[in-house]
Amino acid sequence: MISQHLPVLQVVVPLLFAPICVLLRRHNLVWGVVLLSCWASFVIATLLLQQVLTGGEIIYAIGGWEAPWGIEYRVDILNSFVLLIITGIASIVITFARESVHKEISEDRIYLFYTAFLLHLTGLCGVVITGDAFNIFVFVEIASLSSYAMISAGRDRRALLAAFRYLILGTVGATFILIGIGLMYVMTGTLNIADMADRIRDVQDTRTIVSAFAFFTVGVCIKFGLFPLHYWLPNAYTYAPSIVSAFLSGTTSKVFIYVLLRFLFTIFGAEYAFDTMHLDIILMVAALLAIFSGSIAAIYQDNIKKMLAYSSIAQIGYMVLGISLVSVTGLMASILHLFNHALIKTALFMSVACFFFRFDSVSLKDLKGVGRQMPWTTMAFVIGGLSLIGIPMTVGFISKWYLIVAALEKDWWWMAALILLGSILAVVYIWKVIEVIYFQSTEADSQPVTEAVKFQEAPLSMLIPVWVIIFANIYFGVNASWVTDISQQAAVYLMGGQ
Amino acid sequence: MENLLGLYNYWVAIALMMMGFYIVIANGNLIRKIIGLNIFQVSVFILFISMGYLTGGTAPIYSEAYTQYSAPLPHVLILTAIVVGIATTALGLALTVRIYKAYGSIDESEISEMDQD
Repeated sequence: MISQHLPVLQVVVPLLFAPICVLLRRHNLVWGVVLLSCWASFVIATLLLQQVLTGGEIIYAIGGWEAPWGIEYRVDILNSFVLLIITGIASIVITFARESVHKEISEDRIYLFYTAFLLHLTGLCGVVITGDAFNIFVFVEIASLSSYAMISAGRDRRALLAAFRYLILGTVGATFILIGIGLMYVMTGTLNIADMADRIRDVQDTRTIVSAFAFFTVGVCIKFGLFPLHYWLPNAYTYAPSIVSAFLSGTTSKVFIYVLLRFLFTIFGAEYAFDTMHLDIILMVAALLAIFSGSIAAIYQDNIKKMLAYSSIAQIGYMVLGISLVSVTGLMASILHLFNHALIKTALFMSVACFFFRFDSVSLKDLKGVGRQMPWTTMAFVIGGLSLIGIPMTVGFISKWYLIVAALEKDWWWMAALILLGSILAVVYIWKVIEVIYFQSTEADSQPVTEAVKFQEAPLSMLIPVWVIIFANIYFGVNASWVTDISQQAAVYLMGGQ
Repeated sequence: MENLLGLYNYWVAIALMMMGFYIVIANGNLIRKIIGLNIFQVSVFILFISMGYLTGGTAPIYSEAYTQYSAPLPHVLILTAIVVGIATTALGLALTVRIYKAYGSIDESEISEMDQD
């Protein structure tokens, strides 16, 4: 019986547990509740993906109200895969979170922080699963408001300004999305995504739809931080609590790229978006600029979190580049990279959280020689870094491989070369960190170093989740067939073949 | 002329939208930024409500006397969007209060200068 109601449970479970957290207040208890509901969401997402793989698309009418009147949830191969990514990342991050949150967030706010965490998960799941355009806007705002609150929980006062700037730009982006949806509603008379897709063909040449298209695309691009619109991203990721950086980098940008895919391919259609509006050229230029400006900016950072934030901008560039190729292989590379980049960046931000836990700093100058004090964490960081670069046997390699294959399919050698060049820039900034943490010695050598001080690994409750996700980085890099299969099915589905 | 007067509600919405957006971009004062953001959002609400309005239409309550009704859906959507807007404003103001406590200023350029060192 319950298996019929999985789509709504995906959103309702975290939504219901969030207010319970406010009532419970005791932080270990709250953490337990959040842990439970995240893993429950993950189980639901896994079951949904299984149902979709065996039975095809699931359509769920909320409250029994059929589609044109009520809101429906639609689960297909693409969004069940994205659901799996975000709930998986949320579960692993929350398992890791307890010690780190305890250290970084003031005691009396911990339960509120966990509440915001669950609400953010609710919002993301809602955005992905819903089949109603206005519902997307509402869930986007739920997710965004809770993420502003989570970022502002950082101990550094700069976190406040970062959260404020994100709030201003995020709201502008969301309002653009709202304008786009409103204009589409006016022309089609429906908010249901499937109906909208049917009716928009007749009116797609009107100026209203053109402006809806422009508003919507720019709004979504602000939300995931595509190159010229990424202004809010570096500081938000840098000054947020470590957990939040790991969670947001693994989930939020993925969800908004999903929204872009859904609107471009399902509603507007690839033909309109790319042949009539020529969005592919704009996206390609922005993506290439994102890859290079992000990577080059990352090289010059001394703060590891800021470096990873700039690297995220570059990685978002790779995802968008795959979309701009408008081919099944290109889309497949993008969807693969949603999954792979979530694994990579979450692993990296989580190992940086371990550094911060021990040394109260993520600045390179304070982390000289930590490789000897925290061998397991640094090893995790190195493997994550290799995966980011795209070394074979890691997930990063798989997505870069398909991206290059997609570029070569079009005989665009220059683009394959640029992608490789981007990877070399990643080598530079990852190497910079490796050099400092392994090969430079601590300045404080003058102090008498006892054995206990010398070896200060992060607690096991943090190390195990980090290594689980590092293991996933390698596992899905070696046995990529399951993920590539699903990405390919999703790409074929988006391009219109069944 | 018909475009100018017949669609005046849309012109108002667009004028408000641009004003609000300009305030958000051009002003360094955090409170004014929030005010600008509010104007920007409200203009979108007006846009939506105008879309649902029908000249001579009444509220959609079934009665023999009336045959023309305004579309209720955009109005309902905007009720939701107003709630979202209030939540955003409240959060923005709360952040401003905390920024003021931490920096003693609510001017963006002054705050950025303080963090330079």
